[in-house]
Amino acid sequence: MKLPIYMDYHATTPVDPRVLEAMLPYFTENFGNPASRNHAFGWAAEEAVDKGRKQVADLIGAKPKEIIFTSGATEANNLAIKGVVEMYREKGNHVITCVTEHKAVIDTCKKLEKQGGRVTYLPVQKDGRIDLDELRAAITDKTILITIMTANNEIGVLQPVTEIGAIAKEKGILFHTDAVQAVGKVPFDVNQVKADLVSLSAHKMYGPKGVGALYVRRRNPRVLLAEQISGGGHERGMRSGTLNVPGIVGLGKAAEICQADMVSDTARLLALRERLNEKFHQNLDEIYINGSMEHRLPHNLNISFAYVEGESLLMGIADVAVSSGSACTSASLEPSYVLKALGAGDDLAHSSIRFGLGRWSTEEEVDYIVDKLTNVVRRLREMSPLYEMVKEGVDLSKMQWIAH
Amino acid sequence: MAYSDKVIDHYEHPRNVGSLPKNDVNVGTGLVGAPECGDVMKLQVQINPETGVIDDAKFKTFGCGSAIASSSLATEWLKGKTVDQALAIKNTDIVTELALPPVKIHCSVLAEDAIKAAIEDYKKKREESKPGAAVGAHAQPSA
Repeated sequence: MKLPIYMDYHATTPVDPRVLEAMLPYFTENFGNPASRNHAFGWAAEEAVDKGRKQVADLIGAKPKEIIFTSGATEANNLAIKGVVEMYREKGNHVITCVTEHKAVIDTCKKLEKQGGRVTYLPVQKDGRIDLDELRAAITDKTILITIMTANNEIGVLQPVTEIGAIAKEKGILFHTDAVQAVGKVPFDVNQVKADLVSLSAHKMYGPKGVGALYVRRRNPRVLLAEQISGGGHERGMRSGTLNVPGIVGLGKAAEICQADMVSDTARLLALRERLNEKFHQNLDEIYINGSMEHRLPHNLNISFAYVEGESLLMGIADVAVSSGSACTSASLEPSYVLKALGAGDDLAHSSIRFGLGRWSTEEEVDYIVDKLTNVVRRLREMSPLYEMVKEGVDLSKMQWIAH
Repeated sequence: MAYSDKVIDHYEHPRNVGSLPKNDVNVGTGLVGAPECGDVMKLQVQINPETGVIDDAKFKTFGCGSAIASSSLATEWLKGKTVDQALAIKNTDIVTELALPPVKIHCSVLAEDAIKAAIEDYKKKREESKPGAAVGAHAQPSA
């Protein structure tokens, strides 16, 4: 087993060697610009882009023409939301989203509000999912877009996107979903979900960083977007800029591999995740799973180890790469807004660790992490005044704390 | 985020972890911070009533590595100091000793607060344990 161990696959994934191999010729000998329509270099590049477009489309049940390449999912989210709001402003100005969305969606929505748009941020239930009745109640005659993620990046919880898509369709509202964490990992079909816009990214599915795509539905309805980057009119005029050919080749190859291996990968990761979860529960008391276990990505586990703080946990497992919802590990010095939204209390957000398993995770790594983290949790609990108080029978929620 | 060697050393080998009998009249307990803020420190001092010197100090901390190191260092410094010397310890001394980055300064502030709270608790208990203190306390509540 090689140290350090990487178990943070929601943050990013390594490029699969097969993906890298497919990309390499497009940096050197096949370096052409696909917009060069009059020579062989351009034709070769265009052919590669077409193939990538088809591979991505096939993974999500779309048509190749419905795939718009971008620099990543942040750009795809921005293009989807801003593009729709700008294009359909005659129809309305109201967008519905959810409090646990990625910042690329939340902050885009906040900007729209500053520009006079209206946004509803739906709360989530204890399990991390939105309440469909609350969604229905939030819809007005000015609602033009619902944007709800397929799977959450911290807690791996799957939103009821098929039901959301049906509601949106029934009301004639466009439905965008940030599916970055789900595409390539769990089955996702644009027609089953009835999604009109879908964001995805290569580097979350063993492709390179710096490339992603936005699915834009072309029939029933034909979705129009106001361009956010102007220029040569690439990508059906929705996203100008010379195409990132090696990136697109990599995204396509990554999509193809994910599609071919999805069933076996999912089964293997689910078994590893269950092993991780069961072992922690055997070893430790007072640990809490954040978010639904039933509606969850197979490779995600998010646990709060009560009475110990996340950053101090990470410090004790320096040879393991995982992440925490603790304030101390974030740039904003705020604990994870996703965990706070679950309503479990900020103290549990501070105590959380996110495990993201992936293509190269092994049983040996899982066992190593469980042993190591168990020891650290025990050691830190011996050092924790909260654990001591609870063992003495003090109710922490009834204490008068001096917040600082 | 890189930790200084001293922070790592205190995290891996914390000094004086534990608890002193909190009902002992010679023991002062300071409990500062809040779970929802991500750090809580309990710091205790045992003071020799004859000499006014701190002869033992213990801590327990829920918090990041820098919070653990700040409170561990504080207990190390407290032992052998008089109450007045202990009250003179400033959070900036802790920042300098542990080379804490700006985002971790609040950990040192919390440690200073914990020292002050522990000593205040000790003084209050001494006051209350004096003969007739109960009456006095009612007549003139201490701040």
